Amino acid sequence: MGMITEIVIAFFLVVSGVFGLVGSFGLIKLQSTLQRLHAPTKATTLGVGGVLIASMLYFLLVKGSFSFHELLITLFLFLTAPITANFIAKTFMQAHLKDSDLPPTGRDHGWSLYDMPPGSTED
Amino acid sequence: MLNRLFPHPLMSVTLTLVWLGLVNTITPGNLLLGVILGIVLPLVTSVYWPNRPRLRRPLMVVEYGLIVLWDIVVANVQVAKIIAFKRNEKIHSHWINIPLDLTSPEAITVLAGTITMTPGTVSTMLASDGRAILVHCLHTDDPEGVRDDIKARYERRLKEIFQ
Repeated sequence: MGMITEIVIAFFLVVSGVFGLVGSFGLIKLQSTLQRLHAPTKATTLGVGGVLIASMLYFLLVKGSFSFHELLITLFLFLTAPITANFIAKTFMQAHLKDSDLPPTGRDHGWSLYDMPPGSTED
Repeated sequence: MLNRLFPHPLMSVTLTLVWLGLVNTITPGNLLLGVILGIVLPLVTSVYWPNRPRLRRPLMVVEYGLIVLWDIVVANVQVAKIIAFKRNEKIHSHWINIPLDLTSPEAITVLAGTITMTPGTVSTMLASDGRAILVHCLHTDDPEGVRDDIKARYERRLKEIFQ
């Protein structure tokens, strides 16, 4: 394969490695749980994305076949990562934060973790 | 009749395409299996998803997707910089309350997902009446600016797409 192809693929692999490393470093460096939540949801997206782009380029330019799997992995990642982050955040808040630690909703009803939705009976 | 057979036509098409992508080769047999999955799965799950979301402007979905992709790249660099170079005492995390104009559950889901994937913000929960969203911001000195940014950049577009 061509020199340029190799360089481009290697570039994406290195980029993904760097972001994966920084994301993991964030997990040990940042102080609070909610701050740590930011590291895996962001820095890792580009970490995984870089590997996927490199893999797609490799199959397209070197093996000469187009692979859909990387597109699907991207799609599934984008669907699942926010949901996981949301679950972790909610579990943490349920266990460690009180209603008074949060800013007010500015509405008649409180945040959904601490307040029943309108129209339901409290029991 | 057609409505009962295909409660979510878009979902049927998506499922078929995803199946073809998973097997990675297009043969008549795979296509048939994909179509069967595309018909059966929406049928058995339609109980949990009775209403069909309306897409007012389907083409804007592409624009929205590209903007979000770009923002994700920018967000990654920003967050990586904050993690790698900022001392912990200098990271100012904030809670941000974003009042929502969106009402459709699908639109709010997309917005919450977008917020989590983009610049230093994680959406954590909704107000119990579903009209405000609570966002945790990793580092900002201007919480109001972040709020207005999210409203103008994402919510406005989602409103055009869904409502």
